[in-house]
Amino acid sequence: MTTPETLTPIAADVVVPSSLTTPRAGGFAGWRHLALVTESVPATVGLAIVLAWALLALLAPLIAPYAPNASDLAALARPTPSRAHWLGSDHLGRDLLSRILWGARPVLVIAPLAVLGAAALGSLLGLTAGYYGRWIGLVITRACDIVLSFPVIILYMIILAHFGSSAWNIIGVLTLTKAPIIARIVRGMTLDLREREYVAAAKMRGESSLYIMLVEILPNARGPLIVDMCLRTGYNVIIIGVLGFLGIGLPPPDPDWGGMVKDTYGMMMVWPHMALVPCAAISSLVVGFNLLAVGLRELGLRD
Amino acid sequence: MTDAPLLDVQGLRVAYTTRAGEVPVLTGLDLSLRAGEALGLVGESGCGKSTVALSIMRYLGRAGRITAGRILFEGRDLVSLDEGALRALRGRRIAMVYQDPMASLNPVMTVGRQLMEVPMVHERVDAAAARARALAMLREVRLADPEAVMDRYPHQLSGGQQQRIVIAMALIAEPALLIMDEPTTGLDVTVEAAVLDLVRDLRRRHDSAILFISHNLGTVARVCDRVGVMYRGELVEEGSVRQIFTDPRHPYTRGLLDCLPTSGRDKRHAPLIPIAGQVEPASARTPGCGFASRCPHVETGRCTTRAIALATVEDDAGHRVACVRVDELAQASRRRATLAVRDAQAPTAPVIAVRDLHKSYERRRARLAARKDVVRALVDVELTAARRRTLAVVGESGCGKSTLAKILTGIEVATGGSVTLDGIEVAALPVDARDRTLKRKLQMVFQNPDSTLNPSHTVGYAIGRALRRLRERAPADVPSGVARLLEVVKLGPEMAARRPRQLSGGEKQRVAIARALAGDPDVIVADEPVSALDVSVQAAVINLLNEIQAERGTTLLFISHDLAVVRYLADHVAVMYLGTVAEFGAVERVFAPPYHPYTEALLSAVPVLDPDAAASRIVLEAPLPRGDEVPRGCPFATRCPRRVGTVCDDVPPPVQQLDGGHRIARHIPAKELAARQVPL
Repeated sequence: MTTPETLTPIAADVVVPSSLTTPRAGGFAGWRHLALVTESVPATVGLAIVLAWALLALLAPLIAPYAPNASDLAALARPTPSRAHWLGSDHLGRDLLSRILWGARPVLVIAPLAVLGAAALGSLLGLTAGYYGRWIGLVITRACDIVLSFPVIILYMIILAHFGSSAWNIIGVLTLTKAPIIARIVRGMTLDLREREYVAAAKMRGESSLYIMLVEILPNARGPLIVDMCLRTGYNVIIIGVLGFLGIGLPPPDPDWGGMVKDTYGMMMVWPHMALVPCAAISSLVVGFNLLAVGLRELGLRD
Repeated sequence: MTDAPLLDVQGLRVAYTTRAGEVPVLTGLDLSLRAGEALGLVGESGCGKSTVALSIMRYLGRAGRITAGRILFEGRDLVSLDEGALRALRGRRIAMVYQDPMASLNPVMTVGRQLMEVPMVHERVDAAAARARALAMLREVRLADPEAVMDRYPHQLSGGQQQRIVIAMALIAEPALLIMDEPTTGLDVTVEAAVLDLVRDLRRRHDSAILFISHNLGTVARVCDRVGVMYRGELVEEGSVRQIFTDPRHPYTRGLLDCLPTSGRDKRHAPLIPIAGQVEPASARTPGCGFASRCPHVETGRCTTRAIALATVEDDAGHRVACVRVDELAQASRRRATLAVRDAQAPTAPVIAVRDLHKSYERRRARLAARKDVVRALVDVELTAARRRTLAVVGESGCGKSTLAKILTGIEVATGGSVTLDGIEVAALPVDARDRTLKRKLQMVFQNPDSTLNPSHTVGYAIGRALRRLRERAPADVPSGVARLLEVVKLGPEMAARRPRQLSGGEKQRVAIARALAGDPDVIVADEPVSALDVSVQAAVINLLNEIQAERGTTLLFISHDLAVVRYLADHVAVMYLGTVAEFGAVERVFAPPYHPYTEALLSAVPVLDPDAAASRIVLEAPLPRGDEVPRGCPFATRCPRRVGTVCDDVPPPVQQLDGGHRIARHIPAKELAARQVPL
């Protein structure tokens, strides 16, 4: 029975993307989004900086000229940048370029992971607070306010001093202290989005509250959320640096940008490059994330 | 009045810069306006009406650019004027009234200061003189107690009062040209009628020319002398109000008029005829007539190869049409459509019965205050909806229409009374407590096409999810079910992959209807489903609802403030006022004397297309009372044009039963009312 009539329904199921569904060229959705980012100059620059650091961190074992903790006694006498050590070496004769490259790795893992954790926890809290309102909302918002009212640096010192300093613990504290901020943003958006008619339609077909929160509401809050996550990743990079500088960051001797500043800032008057190079690394990565956030917001406003 | 026109727009071309490049929005527009004349510009959204207004104000923003043409105002070309010269003109010689009065008024300044600013800035008069002018102007726009209004902030005034203030601000400098862009679109019908009357009156007194932009042809007929019909950035027809509305020549104008549910049309004998297709984006312009792709009389070649200019119609001075086939079409009779004629008017059993329904909200005066205000949203509501019929609920905003829908659907629960759906009591049953069969029985179509569909989900997901939840479809059956539902609402199966932002307003509303139909409901509650749509799209959606009802036997509860649509579509009508049912019955009885005075006021406020319509209409000048001002007796007593005395303030009106289940709540006996009222 291969008459045209039997073929039609099958053909109807094959959805042909019309010109409307694919406004831009490119098959894979990710490439389309990437093409969109390039429409904003700040977003393009920011994304380029972040991707460059990610690439360098990924390739550190291959491209770093020295082992990060290896001392070159010969360089101790002349630690300034030279042909052997492009960015110079530190007070123990370790190659700064290698340490910067290796040091990018923990930062680029911890900062985004902590943001993802904060986004997950914060979205859940914010959705619950905004969707249910009443006393649940009150308890959650007050709890968030309490966390936010603490001087964070002291909070970090107390927690990390008590539990010890490790990558997981740093991710933990960053998640806990950043989640309330995300929760506030998501709650605000939920208060608005829950009044939309599509939410009423979902209730009328008997969807569960969890479905409504996660499938109907959360996806429509993603724009501001993504912008904020980019921004917050940058802030996390700074905080990781501060923790390293205070000596409660990642344990030595493995390279950590903040720790590198701490070890060498006393020699600032004599060998400024030892502290300035890791500072520049931190700044450039933060600027990258901030530019990306600014650009994404600009793109979001344009649509 | 001199012969030279006050405003002469010649060959105006405007383009907007978008991501896709430069898109022409106006493509060679010519229009002229003499001093003291009122010209209406009508057309569907996206046809460039507002762009005309903004071009004249030279206020196009960064993306817009005038690419060609001249705008002569009092002999000067506005296109070549510099910013300083424009500033001197704006507000003084040319004033503008926008759609949203709240956005035009400064929220942190009193109304009086804002009014006084205009003469103080433009004419450098002192504060005392400006104050006197402002007060006089407030009296002219018929605001009660102008002294008190002067000291109010915009948020302390109602929408109608705000729009009067904006009009006063525009007229206080005695401009030669007043541009009004949809000035009454956001207002209730009764308020709209009062504002339109005001505009008509002020025009005579001030001798300002008016460019009146509206998508509503009725409002244009009420205010203007001449009408220009725009389509895709061009004027396609222009003439006097009489010429356009009684002898339309362009197929687009005819199409627009055929879409209107004017009196005399009803769904059985003279159904609405929607215009095929939709307004195509300006970027898709082809040479020739812009309307060709939707025109029923299109002739490939003549219509589609070169631009068509406005030409004067033979033997009809001042009537210009841009159509090459105008002479051949003159004789062609207007189209008539036939629709599935529904079964005769035999009464059917009620599917929804509402009795003594109450809903009140408590509101604390302030945090920690012991006293609570009780806002009564519904009081003693009683009505029934017959199976396979359409019950319309009408009334101004704030009358409790939407609250009624929320209780029916279980989004809110009643505080008292009973609602039965097929015999099942649901008044106190929130939607979570309803079982699947009950949920399936009643589904809803919402008002706002932009918020009815989740922007993150595809059309196919939205409909498919409803199928899975309400019909327990296996995932494999869902795509075919979605395609079938899309077919019911006359959309192609390829729509399933689209997201809401890729759809037009009418398409979104169709998808919402398909989603509501997924559970095969007995009752569809439609809350203002067409009020945000253009007339041609509105006609198509109304026809669709009618067809669905005829084929599936669905009961429709149609909530609307638009009496023209209600009169066309409904079998029964409930007129609501401040949470009570003022009048209930079959549509032909409710919309004929004896009326409740409120129904009478609503009906007379509907803008009609007849340029000769008498102005002896009932205008409700008083605003809707606030929650704490509702009289103890008849709720309508504060605004009623047919008050009989203190009995209205003190005694709730008895419900009078008339023939055929027609009920009216008022003090005046039916016979006496009938004698005093004329059919509207």
